[in-house]
Amino acid sequence: MNILEVNDLSKVFNLHILNNKKIEALSDINFTMQEGEIIGLTGKSGSGKSSLMKCIYRTYLASSGQIIYTSKDGSLDLVKADDHRVIELRKTEINYCSQFLSVIPRVTAVDVVCENLFRIEKDKDVARTKAKEMLEELALPAELFDAFPVTFSGGEQQRINVARAIIASPRFLLIDEPTASLDARTKDVVIDMILGLKQNGTSVLCISHDEYTLERLCDRRIDLQFGRINEVEVVE
Amino acid sequence: MAFNEDNWLLRVRNLTKIYGEPNDRTLDLTGPEFGSNICPETESIVACADISFDLYPGEVLGIVGESGSGKSTVVKMLYFDLEKTYGSAWLKPYNDGLLDILEESNQRKRYIRNTLMGMVYQNPRDGLNFGFSSGGNIAEKLIMAGQMNVASIRERASDLLNKTEVPVQRMDNRPGTFSGGMQQRVQISKAIANNPPLLFLDEVTTGLDVSVQAKVLDLIRELQTDLGIAMIVVSHDLSVIRMLTDRVMVMKNGRIVESGLTDQILQDPQHEYSQLLVSSLL
Repeated sequence: MNILEVNDLSKVFNLHILNNKKIEALSDINFTMQEGEIIGLTGKSGSGKSSLMKCIYRTYLASSGQIIYTSKDGSLDLVKADDHRVIELRKTEINYCSQFLSVIPRVTAVDVVCENLFRIEKDKDVARTKAKEMLEELALPAELFDAFPVTFSGGEQQRINVARAIIASPRFLLIDEPTASLDARTKDVVIDMILGLKQNGTSVLCISHDEYTLERLCDRRIDLQFGRINEVEVVE
Repeated sequence: MAFNEDNWLLRVRNLTKIYGEPNDRTLDLTGPEFGSNICPETESIVACADISFDLYPGEVLGIVGESGSGKSTVVKMLYFDLEKTYGSAWLKPYNDGLLDILEESNQRKRYIRNTLMGMVYQNPRDGLNFGFSSGGNIAEKLIMAGQMNVASIRERASDLLNKTEVPVQRMDNRPGTFSGGMQQRVQISKAIANNPPLLFLDEVTTGLDVSVQAKVLDLIRELQTDLGIAMIVVSHDLSVIRMLTDRVMVMKNGRIVESGLTDQILQDPQHEYSQLLVSSLL
């Protein structure tokens, strides 16, 4: 079953305040994604990888085309879906993990990780225990669990970000550079965690520049060049 | 839990407020494309026009825009502080959403506002009676909703002050003796006293210094996550909007120029004015 079907997608930024300057970020994007598949999204900086991901998550409004997502309650076009429907899907099925951690200030590391879990697990202590276990596995020093992530190093923030994205086992995960600032051992832990999600049926679209991550993680790659799909290759 | 579009909490259609005597061209001659909300023919002022939206249970909707764009007018009409000129609103928990609450009698409006809504104003003097103690202010709201038992009213008031971190031993002091941040927290206690499904917040952190602002914002977030109260947050401060809201409407010259998911409005604003607003963010 296809979980995602992208048809003729394009994105043009129309910058009114810069004399109506138009920036073409994506054009002619067509691909499908099977349920449980991990697709690696590759390409140089500025090739449109993050824009594509943000169009799917609806942080960007696509200019034309369709993004058909098969939810548990049927298919819908994420380009045109009602805001409330998108909010609901974000809470229950689709998770986006950006390249850099963005958090609500004055929330502890553990509670940041629990953000999505609190919606499912009403017993906050149970949720927090699960978050602590995950952070331990990711080798985050225990003394940081109750500190505010705004002050953390890049690698520490990255681990919080990844843990938050995967702890509640989303049905569809969009993840941008999950291993970029991690050491080799932690990189492997993150990759294993994402592969664990796949075993439970999660579909993953993953942006990465790291050949090792792509090789271990992806069933297939989509390479972008100047906002268009370059080639689709299957990793054995 | 499947999404159900009939599950709205508050439905608003064509809500409009005009001061003065409009003619039938007033609405066509005002708005963002004219850069003004004053009708050139009649000099009537269109504070806001054609405001339509649905709010779902637990949803937090932001209204953002410059001073005079009509943001506060919208919530003041919905809280019955101002009379509408045109438009309708329905609230699901009131008669199953079948009656236009803006057409109800004053007595019914008081009932709706005391049991199903809460309001926190920018100026605590608008939301609190400075002649009463802080506990008395909360008691007033409880009594208006029909509670009679003095002991349980006092207990509820002290619970609420506890929750909002106002020292309970100051329950019998008047709000005039409190700091600005504390007054705001008493106002919030009063607004949520009857567990309303809907809360209006009108520029509640404007004018507070940053550390006090942070405490008030944290409290509001806690109310969202722990109690699941739906909120309409009016603010000109995009950081407040980003921190608190799921969805946002951008207003200019009395009209909604754009609405969408908060992250979409902040990262991919479509309207010229929203782009200007976002680019002005520090």
